[in-house]
Amino acid sequence: MVETSPFPADTEHVITARQVNFFYGATQALFDISMDIPGRRVTAFIGPSGCGKSTFLRIFNRMNDTIAGTRLEGDVRINGEDIYENGSNVVSLRRKVGMVFQKSNPFPKSIFDNVAYGPRIHGTKDRQELAEIVEKSLVRSALWDEVKDRLDTNAIGLSGGQQQRLCIARALAVGPEILLMDEPASALDPKSTIRIEDLIGELRNDYTIVIVTHNMQQAARISDYTAFFYEGRLVEFNPTKKIFTKPREKQTEDYITGRFG
Amino acid sequence: MRRQYSEQIIYVLIRLVMYSIVLVIGYILFDIIRHGLPALSWEFVSQYPRKSGAEGGILPAIVGTLSLLVGTIAVALPLGICSAIYLSEYAEQNRFTDMIRLAIITLAGVPSIVYGLFGLGLFVLFLNFGTSILAGSLTLACMILPTIIVSSEEALRAVPRGYRDASLALGATKWETIRTNVLPYSLSGIITGSILGIGRAAGETAPILLTVAAFYLPRLPNSIFDQVMALPYHLYILATQHPEADKVLPLQYATALVLLLLVLGLSLGAIFIRIHFRKKYRW
Repeated sequence: MVETSPFPADTEHVITARQVNFFYGATQALFDISMDIPGRRVTAFIGPSGCGKSTFLRIFNRMNDTIAGTRLEGDVRINGEDIYENGSNVVSLRRKVGMVFQKSNPFPKSIFDNVAYGPRIHGTKDRQELAEIVEKSLVRSALWDEVKDRLDTNAIGLSGGQQQRLCIARALAVGPEILLMDEPASALDPKSTIRIEDLIGELRNDYTIVIVTHNMQQAARISDYTAFFYEGRLVEFNPTKKIFTKPREKQTEDYITGRFG
Repeated sequence: MRRQYSEQIIYVLIRLVMYSIVLVIGYILFDIIRHGLPALSWEFVSQYPRKSGAEGGILPAIVGTLSLLVGTIAVALPLGICSAIYLSEYAEQNRFTDMIRLAIITLAGVPSIVYGLFGLGLFVLFLNFGTSILAGSLTLACMILPTIIVSSEEALRAVPRGYRDASLALGATKWETIRTNVLPYSLSGIITGSILGIGRAAGETAPILLTVAAFYLPRLPNSIFDQVMALPYHLYILATQHPEADKVLPLQYATALVLLLLVLGLSLGAIFIRIHFRKKYRW
């Protein structure tokens, strides 16, 4: 499927996927997906439930490895490195590629320990250094002002939106280049959703963000590029503006105008 | 109308069943305390027995049971928790592991005398440990391992998947994830299950009968290769083998009471540990 590139000529592609097929046991979930994801931009994956968008996202930090019986064919590279090559280091990959999950999942520990968890397992022991990382990450995730006086309280006591921003801070604390977000706002109220979206807007210049969303308005609001998936296939990948004004494919148009999905 | 009546009848019935069970247990407890308390004294728990246990105290039996419990815990807890971690976190879920699980559950229902014979064959004779604390502890450990494994695996599985995912996604290895974000949250459940097993080990007679327990040995053990007296076995001797069974009746009750208090102490300890971990990791 050769086509003209939707990207400006100087675009640097951080993630490249070629002919990716993915299987859950005998069931094929992704079919022959090839895609280049640009660095320091927000790329949104949209499509109806079960279309494979989350599965595709979880390929980039090898989270699908944790599910028994899954299999991947094809070539996936991050900064040119084959992340599924034999002997490639999953730990350092996940350090580079952070993830925020649909259901906020802060550890039942203090706010401080949540954010410091990643740096600690990667070897930072100095209390002062940890404190700086924690503050920086919480400031970055726009949570610092709300929690700076109670860093030692249990994170479970935070509201849903705060918990999700804590999870973002926790992911930022290990210093990733890429942030994968799997419907990060789908369980939140509208006000908290706006805060997460604003936050993504602030992070877009420093991180490569890939976000799965089933909310098309959200994709339109926050992303630079949008990929539309349907039944395990990549139907269209274009600048968000083009997708929502002049989609190339009929299927894309039907989906974004609400004819199905 | 009829449905309302049957609702009422079921409700009364269930309550009656519950009360009758509480009543029976309460009566047993009351009976032991009523007859045991008068014979219970500092001398009784701190002195050696005299005249085949007809006089004196039960210190060697208390020390014996305690050392058996320490040995049992030291063997069964690490083995049981590690097995549970393997089954819940590492092993693939397939026919083979299902069979292992079934085998473990079946083992939990094997009569304790069978464990006793197994311990006699393997530890006492084949491995040549002799009738000793070591052989008895290992036998008791085998007996309670299934209980510990099953309850620990359940506790581990109850930890939400999201914690594992979050930790792995931050670049933690599987073991780091288990150690920092699965095991701590399941400890209260693991301890509860383990205490049930250990309480059972404290009261069992059959497994220690053939592997460690001494009929009458009025001294303390020097090493793990010594025989010891043990509370449940001592109780059994006093009640059925003693020539003057009627005369030692108060001593029987007092021994039973000491055993009960010991198990109660264990359970209380476990409850405190549970409360501690519950408070620390609330979710």
